[in-house]
Amino acid sequence: MHVPSTVAARLPIGSDMDLTWIRQHVRQAAAELGFGLVQQTKLVTAASELARNTLVHGGGGHMECTPVARGRIHGLRLVFTDSGPGIPDTELALSDGYTSGGGLGMGLGGARRLVHEFTLDSRPGEGTTVTITAWASGPPYPRRAL
Amino acid sequence: MTCPRTEVIGAHVPVLTLGDVLLVTVQGDLDDQTAEYLRQDITRAVAETTATGVVIDVSGVEVVDSFLGRVLADIAATVKLLAARTVVAGIRPAVAITLVELGLTLPGLCTALHVEQALRLLREPSGTHRGAHPRQGGV
Repeated sequence: MHVPSTVAARLPIGSDMDLTWIRQHVRQAAAELGFGLVQQTKLVTAASELARNTLVHGGGGHMECTPVARGRIHGLRLVFTDSGPGIPDTELALSDGYTSGGGLGMGLGGARRLVHEFTLDSRPGEGTTVTITAWASGPPYPRRAL
Repeated sequence: MTCPRTEVIGAHVPVLTLGDVLLVTVQGDLDDQTAEYLRQDITRAVAETTATGVVIDVSGVEVVDSFLGRVLADIAATVKLLAARTVVAGIRPAVAITLVELGLTLPGLCTALHVEQALRLLREPSGTHRGAHPRQGGV
């Protein structure tokens, strides 16, 4: 499959307008990598949740978008980075209903359910990095228990 | 990568009046500001007209995240306080699947498959549809 090298990109997250841009970019990158409609929608939605977290809780940051491959299966890795206050209790933050920003509290935990791989790295006072990976046709190996 | 930015940021979504129903058609990617305008515009339109129902057509919306989901639920709750009913019409299958996995089932939201079904639903006497999905009501 032809994989366009233009898919890799680093996008700023500094305003709610950037969220629109990120959704568009992730949608197009996923489509180019052969993601089906449901997979595209899940990944774009997860990206929207995480980018909003970066903006609202992290005070802004950026997203890196990189195509990945394992064998013949293509995927997309998104890394959201901020240098905000960090998350003191990451387990609590991942639980449904937990919110510190007036939302429905579905952001982190919900985004985790929408992708195949999810890692959250946060240090209080230093910032937060969330890395997600989704594969175009299911994970190339058994999904680890969450 | 160069994606054209096609949509206008912070645009107002037109609110059409069809008898006592307000029809709002949302399309494309809804930025946060447009979602806020949507809430304000619908609330004002319901208060200023004799509308008893609001249909929000989201068949052209490709992504509903928790922010937009909350805006839709808030609009429905606000409109209810103004003595009117809201039906969200045309949620795409991929969006429905994503919302459920996200954990956002929006139980208070009345939905219809398309605008026509939503309008039919709003013509039913108030209360008969409450808590029931329109498809269970023989529509």
